[in-house]
Amino acid sequence: MSKTFDVIIVGGGPAGYVCAIRCGQLGLKTAVIEKEKLGGVCVNVGCIPTKALLHGAHIANLVKKSSKYGVIVGEVQLDFGVAIKNSRQISEQNSKGVGFLMKKNKVTVVTGIGHIKTGKKVVVGGETYTATRAIVVATGSSVKGIPAIGLEINKTTVISSDEALFLTEAPATLAVVGGGAVGTEFADIFNAFGSAVTLIEALPRILPLEDSECSSTVARSFKKRKIDVLQGATVKKADVGETSVTLEIEINGKMKTVVADKVLMAAGRKTNTENLSAAGIEIDQRGFVKVDANLQTTSPGVYCIGDVAGPPMLAHKGSREGVFVAEVIAGKTPHTIKYDNIPSVTYCSPEVASIGLSEDACKEQGIDYKVGKFALSANGRARATDETEGFVKIIRDPKYGEILGAHIVAAHASEMIHELTVARENEYTVEEIELAVHAHPTLSEAIAEAALDSLDRVLHT
Amino acid sequence: MATKVVMEALSPTMEEGRLVTWLKKEGDAVSTGDPLAEVETDKAIMELVARADGVLRRILVTEGQTVDVATLIAVIAGADEDISGIVGEPVASEAPQPASTAAAPVTAAAEPEPQDTGTTERRIKASPLARKLAGEKGIDLANVRGSGPAGRIIKKDLESVGTAAFTAPASPVGESEDVPLTMIRKTIARRLASSLGPIPHFFLTTTVDMENVAQARAGLNAAGEGKISFNDIIVKVVSMALSKHRACNAWWQEDHIRYFTEVHMSIAVAIEDGLITPVVRNANLKSLRDISAETKELVARAQQRKLAPEEYTGGTFSLSNLGMFGIDEFTAIINPPEAGIIAVGAIAEEPVAFNGEIVVRKRMKLTMSCDHRVIDGATGATFLQTVKLMLENPLAIVW
Repeated sequence: MSKTFDVIIVGGGPAGYVCAIRCGQLGLKTAVIEKEKLGGVCVNVGCIPTKALLHGAHIANLVKKSSKYGVIVGEVQLDFGVAIKNSRQISEQNSKGVGFLMKKNKVTVVTGIGHIKTGKKVVVGGETYTATRAIVVATGSSVKGIPAIGLEINKTTVISSDEALFLTEAPATLAVVGGGAVGTEFADIFNAFGSAVTLIEALPRILPLEDSECSSTVARSFKKRKIDVLQGATVKKADVGETSVTLEIEINGKMKTVVADKVLMAAGRKTNTENLSAAGIEIDQRGFVKVDANLQTTSPGVYCIGDVAGPPMLAHKGSREGVFVAEVIAGKTPHTIKYDNIPSVTYCSPEVASIGLSEDACKEQGIDYKVGKFALSANGRARATDETEGFVKIIRDPKYGEILGAHIVAAHASEMIHELTVARENEYTVEEIELAVHAHPTLSEAIAEAALDSLDRVLHT
Repeated sequence: MATKVVMEALSPTMEEGRLVTWLKKEGDAVSTGDPLAEVETDKAIMELVARADGVLRRILVTEGQTVDVATLIAVIAGADEDISGIVGEPVASEAPQPASTAAAPVTAAAEPEPQDTGTTERRIKASPLARKLAGEKGIDLANVRGSGPAGRIIKKDLESVGTAAFTAPASPVGESEDVPLTMIRKTIARRLASSLGPIPHFFLTTTVDMENVAQARAGLNAAGEGKISFNDIIVKVVSMALSKHRACNAWWQEDHIRYFTEVHMSIAVAIEDGLITPVVRNANLKSLRDISAETKELVARAQQRKLAPEEYTGGTFSLSNLGMFGIDEFTAIINPPEAGIIAVGAIAEEPVAFNGEIVVRKRMKLTMSCDHRVIDGATGATFLQTVKLMLENPLAIVW
């Protein structure tokens, strides 16, 4: 096998493999170096398997109240091991699917850890691979614990998502440290499969990056389902035993003790930058690779995409960067990535999806705004399917109607947000949203109503 | 099948074209590739060719008329074909008739209808938000360049547009003549106004001792294999210096800077009623003799306005030389999106202190205009230092 390529991509996750597909489409001879499985964290231990488990969680919650809809089932038994097995199969299939896409686009896949050297060279297990055009760093990020307070990941009692996705049974008691997207999704999964879950967030509210109304709506829903949500709660000390962990937590100046069979660490991820220094690639203070507007690193001809290139650490942001960089390398002039228009989604129940600025962000930045809001309790489809938790909120510029931000909490918020993403991408204002006829009955009608509300013309409240 | 002949974009920047001469007349048979008309673009006079076989049935634009790109200017069709659907005449005037009589109404209706062409309004692509902003601020979107997909005007494009009302200054008393703008003058005006206004320029001047270059050139020219000009040597030296200072060999691209490894030197050439910048590609890699021959050839064709668009676009840096007019020094306006231009003054004998004595030496002033968004003071200065060093030690060309 020839060891020279036009482009060598280090990392086969959603940033790297998508970059490889686009490079292949553009006729570049491309290699992807992947240390484990194609698809990276997203396909194997992230986005995809957690969605499979959340689907199980959703059915578990549904079955518990199905008699209300005329479906009477017998005794409900939950088997977390089966749910995990199902999620593994889905991940395996998806990873194979990525392999198929690599073949289809004539991309060479090299298995091993890529060490990037100067002169556009990558060493994998003693073999040297050379890129004639460019190297793309797409090494991603990893789970991390908080060793300072005794919460180092030991993979038995203190675990991360990497281990949680392979457990054969749900622990009787679980403490989740970190109330961001990952933490809330796992809290939802384990609660549905019978664990007594405590969700601990150090900031004053869970989902701290979302609009505060989204956080409080989810927190309320979680509390209804008996998830113990501790907000503004700092873990001061952890006593890690062989079969359980004792956490000393400070909330509002008071101490509280939580004992759990397992602690799931979901308080951020660290970037994978271990094998980059030899190529003169500089890393910033936050641990991200320094890149310019073309996503080129400080080492000429070396580009960087995905989690390791900077926030937000989202698969779809990485994929877009992959396409962008492939086109830059091929000599095209791709459209600039609008980092302020990347949707953010949390797939807990109800789902949370958002785009653009929150109300708090508008206040902080001193931006004048007007809010339009519509509660799903007034939406016909939501009532018919018993999914009335949540709302659509549109934050607009008072003068021109520019959509500054949009926030949705709803059973299918993840699918609904794109109407507003497309609107913002094309600079539609709230008026164009409202003018577009929305089918009835749909949850999306709530988007049109929120736009109308921002124009003081809401119909159904 | 009838084929519409439209004003084509014959250069990358062309937005409208002036029909200079029709080379075919109505009724002439034409084949694909036949020149139909001469069109003045924003940069040159070029031929518009037939894209179909048939008869040039109808000419819709008169000679001297200027129309937007994509405007229908003629129709090619079969000799007896019904073209009423294309030229928009009442169907009755050209209703299917026996072949022998069909020709008559066509000839009768041959008078071009100006309302078909002159008033065609171009659809302006703009986002709803941009339309609202423009309406509020009183900005005419027709004057705004869009940066969105396919040239769509977006909010960002309006941020740099001024809103101050334009008031025409009172015309001075006395004789004056209003001369309509030629296409090239319009392009020069638009491009240069888009230069000095939005580009934060700064200028660096250095004096270069040209004694050694003059000696070297005299020696080369004495060999009798074609004359090398000072300008050829400056093109070569500046190009080589750029290959060592990539920071100055760049394009400002609004949201990014594009640095080039290859050096393509734009050379400002005065032509009748304007100027144009033919490009010597990869000038840093070419021999002096090649640069000299290529420049002569490009300049000659530039003056005949026969340059193809790819021959005057795509430069990475510019040179402007007014030395032959006895100009000692001047500042040149940057040719966007390039980030720099060097203005070359006259080579003149001057008394200078040299090795502790006052002697007369050949001296030349170079003034570099820099786009400060791309080039910082010290960056430009070190580049210019390399240029000066190489000119004063012309052997550097063969480093």
